[in-house]
Amino acid sequence: MEDFLSTLRELEETGSAAIRGAGDPAELEQVRVEYLGRKARLTLLLRSVGELPPERRRPAGAEANRVKKRLLELLEARAAELAAAVAEGRAESDATLPGRERWRGARHPCTLVTDEICEIFKELGFVRARGPEAESVWYNFIALNTPLDHPAVDEQDTFYLGSDVVLRTHTSPVQARVMEKWPPPVRILVPGVVYRRDPFDASHAPAFEQIEGLAVDEGISFVDFKASINYFVRRFFGEDVVTRFRPSFFPFTEPSAEVDVSCTICHGKGCSACKGTGWIEIMGAGMVDPAVFDNVGYDSERYTGFAFGMGVGRIAMQRYRIPDIRLLYESDVRFLAQFERA
Amino acid sequence: MDVSYRWLKELAPTIAEPAAALAERITYTAVPVDEVIWLGEGLKELVVGRVESIAKHPQADRLVICQVHIGRGEPVQVVTGAPLVVEGGYYPFVGAGQALPDGQVIKRVKLRGEQSEGMLCSERELGVGRDAAGIMQLMGEFTPGQPVIEAIGFDDYRLVLDVTANRPDLLGHWGIAREVAPGGETDLQLPEFPGHRRAECTIETVPEEGGAAGVRVRIEDPEGCPRYMGAVIRGVTVGPSPEWLASRLRAVGLQPINNVVDATNYVLYELNQPLHAFDLAKLGGPAVVIRRAKVGEWLRTLDGKDRDLDPEMLVIADAEVPSAMAGLMGGEASEVTEDTRDVFLECAYFDPKRIRRGAQLLGLDTDASYRFQRGIDQAGLPRALQRVIELILTVAGGELDGKVVDVYPRPAQTRTVAVRPSRVSHLLGVQLNEETIRGCLEPIGFELSEGEGERLSVEVPTWRPDVEREVDLIEEVARRHGYGRFPDQMRTFRPTTVPEDEYVAIAERVRDVMVSLGFLEAKTSPFAPGGEGEVSLLNPLSEREDHLRSDLLTGLVHRVEHNFARGQRDVRLFEIGTAFRSAGGPAPEEHIRVAAVWTGRRAPLHWSGQDADWDFWDLKWILASVANVAALGSEVQSLDPVEEAARLNFEEPLLVLSPDRGRLGWAGRLPAGGLEAPRWAGPVWGLELEILPARPQPLAYQPLPVYPGVERDLALVVPKGTAAAEVGAVIREVSPEHLESLSVFDVYEGEKIPEGTRSIAWRLRFRSPDRTLTDEEIDVAMSRIVSALEERLNVGLRGA
Repeated sequence: MEDFLSTLRELEETGSAAIRGAGDPAELEQVRVEYLGRKARLTLLLRSVGELPPERRRPAGAEANRVKKRLLELLEARAAELAAAVAEGRAESDATLPGRERWRGARHPCTLVTDEICEIFKELGFVRARGPEAESVWYNFIALNTPLDHPAVDEQDTFYLGSDVVLRTHTSPVQARVMEKWPPPVRILVPGVVYRRDPFDASHAPAFEQIEGLAVDEGISFVDFKASINYFVRRFFGEDVVTRFRPSFFPFTEPSAEVDVSCTICHGKGCSACKGTGWIEIMGAGMVDPAVFDNVGYDSERYTGFAFGMGVGRIAMQRYRIPDIRLLYESDVRFLAQFERA
Repeated sequence: MDVSYRWLKELAPTIAEPAAALAERITYTAVPVDEVIWLGEGLKELVVGRVESIAKHPQADRLVICQVHIGRGEPVQVVTGAPLVVEGGYYPFVGAGQALPDGQVIKRVKLRGEQSEGMLCSERELGVGRDAAGIMQLMGEFTPGQPVIEAIGFDDYRLVLDVTANRPDLLGHWGIAREVAPGGETDLQLPEFPGHRRAECTIETVPEEGGAAGVRVRIEDPEGCPRYMGAVIRGVTVGPSPEWLASRLRAVGLQPINNVVDATNYVLYELNQPLHAFDLAKLGGPAVVIRRAKVGEWLRTLDGKDRDLDPEMLVIADAEVPSAMAGLMGGEASEVTEDTRDVFLECAYFDPKRIRRGAQLLGLDTDASYRFQRGIDQAGLPRALQRVIELILTVAGGELDGKVVDVYPRPAQTRTVAVRPSRVSHLLGVQLNEETIRGCLEPIGFELSEGEGERLSVEVPTWRPDVEREVDLIEEVARRHGYGRFPDQMRTFRPTTVPEDEYVAIAERVRDVMVSLGFLEAKTSPFAPGGEGEVSLLNPLSEREDHLRSDLLTGLVHRVEHNFARGQRDVRLFEIGTAFRSAGGPAPEEHIRVAAVWTGRRAPLHWSGQDADWDFWDLKWILASVANVAALGSEVQSLDPVEEAARLNFEEPLLVLSPDRGRLGWAGRLPAGGLEAPRWAGPVWGLELEILPARPQPLAYQPLPVYPGVERDLALVVPKGTAAAEVGAVIREVSPEHLESLSVFDVYEGEKIPEGTRSIAWRLRFRSPDRTLTDEEIDVAMSRIVSALEERLNVGLRGA
């Protein structure tokens, strides 16, 4: 009996699905023959009711008839639908007609770059961290070894919300916030929006995306720093790209470095993308200045580390050959939709 | 900082590489060289011409006819309108058929009937300076026909250095030469000027007040001015500089002014020492007092502007009034002019912070203030003063009068910093021995001796104010050793203690949902006008952007308008970002939100006709999809449109509510007048939702059903005014626990049912996990549902 009923249930389910799926009257007729024809399993099953023990014949017969009735109803309804479709001239018979399309969404090019950077550094054990965009002067400057009367402060013209509150000029304050809260080892990435008081033009935006990295532990050296950045560069830009590390200055790293990669377009020969130099500047970086460790209560004799910061928009512009930064922030759908496949 | 390659080689003859290679080495070991420019670009064809004779043009009062000797053949005739051309003078000449650096080809022309075979050029035309008014007379002795490039010293490269804030010592040629000469400091020499005149300077060092040739010099503010040297030169002849001096300044992008001022600029660029020359006759007293400005004082500076002074500023005053802004700019009244006979020369060290403050207050940034702010070499003053005295004597004549005064209230102490070779190796990750460390540091002026234990004691040269700690020395070693020489060697690392930020992870999932729904991610401006933001900026870029946005949707709606204006009817944008709300104090509350706005067709144009415009039912699904991820555990509710619409500025509003946090988001159709939309635009829908980090409950598997389910349909006639949700709630309430799902599959309004009602058809599916349900018990359940609906909501069966 269980067998009989479960076969019935299966026939009901597969049969109704087949009916719904029939795309034209011919296909529907095939389905009818398969499920309700003279040699169909349901027909055979109905005939076999007589072979069941007498007390089970009635319920089994009733259930089988119900299923048959339901399938017949569905068949009729589907036949009517298909007939209507034919009448409206929408026969689904020309397979060269375009398929039913859906809008495709797309991530912003800056998100694509950020996500890829995070993916790569994840392989090196980095996790993502976050901090406020309205930041205190302490975290944005002083904790990062940048006194306000330092000439370096000029270079990052700052938006003020109050005498002690600024819109962060870099993602670096998150370094200090994270180190205050968690003990080493620290390996974090901080994607986020930063603010500079630059009017909008082809290469400047007053608010833009940056990504920061910080690694702190015992024994992290300049060699670890170089190797980690080189690992990232090879994974992100390609195995054939070379880096150059050259001296620079940031108050919160020492030694400080600027990292350039060989131009991915001209491979170092010099072109308009690299302004003829063969190199593209991708990040400011260096070993964490011990003053920063002192400010967050880490033992600067015991712990060392490296930090880096990259302009995400710049890298996106380079990667996708976007000539004007304003395209990133205008939200023109004809621009954004180009990244649906990326 | 613009640097002349030739100048560097004069100071350090051991520099052997060509300019491009040198630039690369500077970039790799010190500071970036942004550009290397060949100064002779476009000047190759130009030669020096000597004007042999000048005759009036017979037809034009303003023109003269010159016969110009250009080294070969007969003199050529040039007609020019330049007023100051002199017989016997040397000028850059460009002949007919030849081109100026800007590409302009000179033609043989007749000017009012007189043939002109070429042109005498101005600085502007040569591209070597800004002066376009007159032709450029070359001062000195030249050979007609000599290439102009050589005559003006433009067979040279200009290296454009981007000197970082920590390297004030690289703001002069001497410092750069020290950095790059193979032997460092020991390779350097100060070359003699053409016609060099020596000066015997007797320096008198005093703590507070002294005198030079009768000029009293007093420091009243030793904090602002720890050292001030002065000297008097009498009998100078102020005039144009000789060509070698003028050219040198042009090579580094400076404009020659007169021989005295040019001499101070030359030494500024050579030794990185800002200098100032006063017209001694204009100094009251004569006295020089270095003091804070007094309230109410003012000064007309060299640029002709009247500046109100502030006690935070440091001034150089005579016996009564300020005559210069210390370290920033001289005063017009005591400026050196052609009438000046006697000059007082200032060579000082000013406190970087004080100069920076003054520069900020006045909004003024000069070559001098730029250097003082970064810190110059306090011990280098005597040499720089001697150098400029000799240069002035050489190019402007005169005699040094009396002693050189050196008011030096607080002689600077040399700084000693200890460095452990083991720490150098620890931080840099490779073994560097003492010899390597010495090899990096000693050529650039650091003096090393044995210190305590393994320590090396390092005496820091006075021109390196940036080196104060061991790590500063380690950086010097790393960069001099060469960053490129450290190996690319990945070593082991430990996992971090820091957990991944919850918001970042959720935002990523929200983004996935929006993208899968067909939305394009936008990034819009976080700035907004006052009406759209609560948090104001103290120093906005513009009045239209003087606040931070307090929501994301408003900005996105503006972006829809932007797209409408570009003919785009189908727009689907979303953004994940921060909204700023006022929190009382200056630090705002930051809310991480997702917002979306969409309009146009729900799917691309398709022949099956499934591309109608987005509607309210899409809104509900989109909002629910986002809310399910962004604000786990929240619930989407529709609102009484009349009551809430006005307040939310939405039609057909929906709310997202959380059991413990209240209202988290809202959505709806933007009112037709709410944005600038063309006539062809469809309805515009929007949502904005707070993103809340929450850990989803661990998911547990539900066993798959073993027993058959039973489906029943209910076609109900519902009085208008009764919501489907109310009907659904009653069905759920009175159903047996076996109700597995409840869905609406049809809604009908029309002739076939009584007026004032609508028909809602429901499909109910029952299933028990442990047995087969019988028709009888389902019948009982259904009749209980029907009677409950009848009693409570006056809802009956259709056709009953």
